[in-house]
Amino acid sequence: MIRFEHVTKRYPARGDALRDVNFALAPGEMVFLTGHSGAGKSTVLKLIGLLERPTRGQIRVAGRDLARLPARRIPYHRREVGMVFQDHRLLVDRTVLDNVSLPLVAAGLGPEEVARRARAALKQVGLLRHEAACPVALSSGEQQRVGIARAIVGRPPLLLADEPTGNLDPDLSWEIMDLFARFNQVGVTLLIATHDIALIRSLPYRTLTLSDGRLVSDAPPRRRR
Amino acid sequence: MTGRRRRTARLHELPKVWLRHQAQNALAALGRLLRTPLPTLMTVAMLGVAIALPGGLFVVTINIKALAVGWERDAALSVFLVPSVVEADAERLAARLRERRDVAEVRVIGRDEALAEFRAYSGLEDVLAGLPGNPLPVVLSIVPPPAAGDAAALEGLAAALERLPETDLVRHDADWVHRFQALVELAQRGVSILASVLGLALLLIVGNTIRLEIENRRDEIRIQELVGATNAFIRRPFVYAGLWYGLLGGLVACLLVIVGLLLIQAPVSRVASLYQADFPLIGLSLPVLAAMLGIGTLLGYLGSWLAVSWHLRASKPE
Repeated sequence: MIRFEHVTKRYPARGDALRDVNFALAPGEMVFLTGHSGAGKSTVLKLIGLLERPTRGQIRVAGRDLARLPARRIPYHRREVGMVFQDHRLLVDRTVLDNVSLPLVAAGLGPEEVARRARAALKQVGLLRHEAACPVALSSGEQQRVGIARAIVGRPPLLLADEPTGNLDPDLSWEIMDLFARFNQVGVTLLIATHDIALIRSLPYRTLTLSDGRLVSDAPPRRRR
Repeated sequence: MTGRRRRTARLHELPKVWLRHQAQNALAALGRLLRTPLPTLMTVAMLGVAIALPGGLFVVTINIKALAVGWERDAALSVFLVPSVVEADAERLAARLRERRDVAEVRVIGRDEALAEFRAYSGLEDVLAGLPGNPLPVVLSIVPPPAAGDAAALEGLAAALERLPETDLVRHDADWVHRFQALVELAQRGVSILASVLGLALLLIVGNTIRLEIENRRDEIRIQELVGATNAFIRRPFVYAGLWYGLLGGLVACLLVIVGLLLIQAPVSRVASLYQADFPLIGLSLPVLAAMLGIGTLLGYLGSWLAVSWHLRASKPE
């Protein structure tokens, strides 16, 4: 599903954010990406979501060479990559349903189908009763679930999450991880960037560790006890 | 429903969905403008003035041109006859000239009539009284037919009149009208240049207004980009806002020009009556009205399109 080959990303002001990074994710995998702040976790996700392009190396996502993908194709690539952010990135002046509907409206779906699928996504994250509320009226955990519903509403085969539990207490973090595990069970590939070591250690998934832009460890999934 | 059937149904729905999306965006953009009435009013007023200025000047030059055409039509050729020609000879010559196809009317102004007119208008009564006799010649005032009023035909007639043995001097009263028309054409060229400059200003006003709107909605645009919205989708509400600005600016401009024309209608009529003339002002014709609305709308569209495209180009991954 994802293949990084000798990927380097250099920012003119900051220098190398990633240096010669190599890894691959098979379809249906759920993988943690960890490392200290500034290690390059977010850069990896930005490169996969095509918010940035690599300085060197090749990135393939679902067979597409991202370095060569024309700018006009980027929106269509992003529709196949759901993204979840630590700060939720919701439209505060729209309802929960409007927020979740946005990817479908942008994809040009009709209103009936948009409403049906957005409600189904909200049901999956347990927020159907809040569809008419504005995001600011919800708790941080609920807002994160709205962000997740928006990420999955287009049924993308790949889900990227950047510190999805960063602002949440442990109970809510578990809820979110439980949601991700459920999506993974139905075949969605997940790459979750987090520096929550306790969370990583308590879950049996494969873990990639970055340090100063280099991939320093690729720990395979552990067996569940 | 199978996957293929669902896809086919979706394809059939696409034009309807697209149109509905356009209509929703157009109405939403108008709604956003109406929710901030004061800034909208200021922008629309600025655009209105920018469109009204060249539009109004254009209408004024059209009126002046029409006036000059009327003057030209009424302008006659004055043929001053040599002093030896008496009125009886002049009447015979006038009868001959009336037979020409390029002459509509010939009036003989006798020496006494000419002197009386000159006395009345010049104010030189005392000087004229001191003269031993009447120094003025007999004059033929010749009006060409309206159809033969073009410059070449008039020049041909003037040359023919100059060749007559009875002629001393031919003066074409329309010469000054031609100079005046040349000045009006120069003014019209100036209006075109002014319109271009103000068009550019309009583009910048709309572009800057939309740029501020983009700044206010930067987060929303970023989120739309992240969920896979195309540039056309992101651009749409801003382009509609630009269209509304341009259209409303065009409407304000039309109103300003109409009110301006109404305000000068009475003074113009008064001035015309002083010259024993009737001069109805030419108002905003439908094509000019449509042009003002159309140009406003087009420039609003272009300004907003450029502003959003600029922003979107800057936000693409390097």
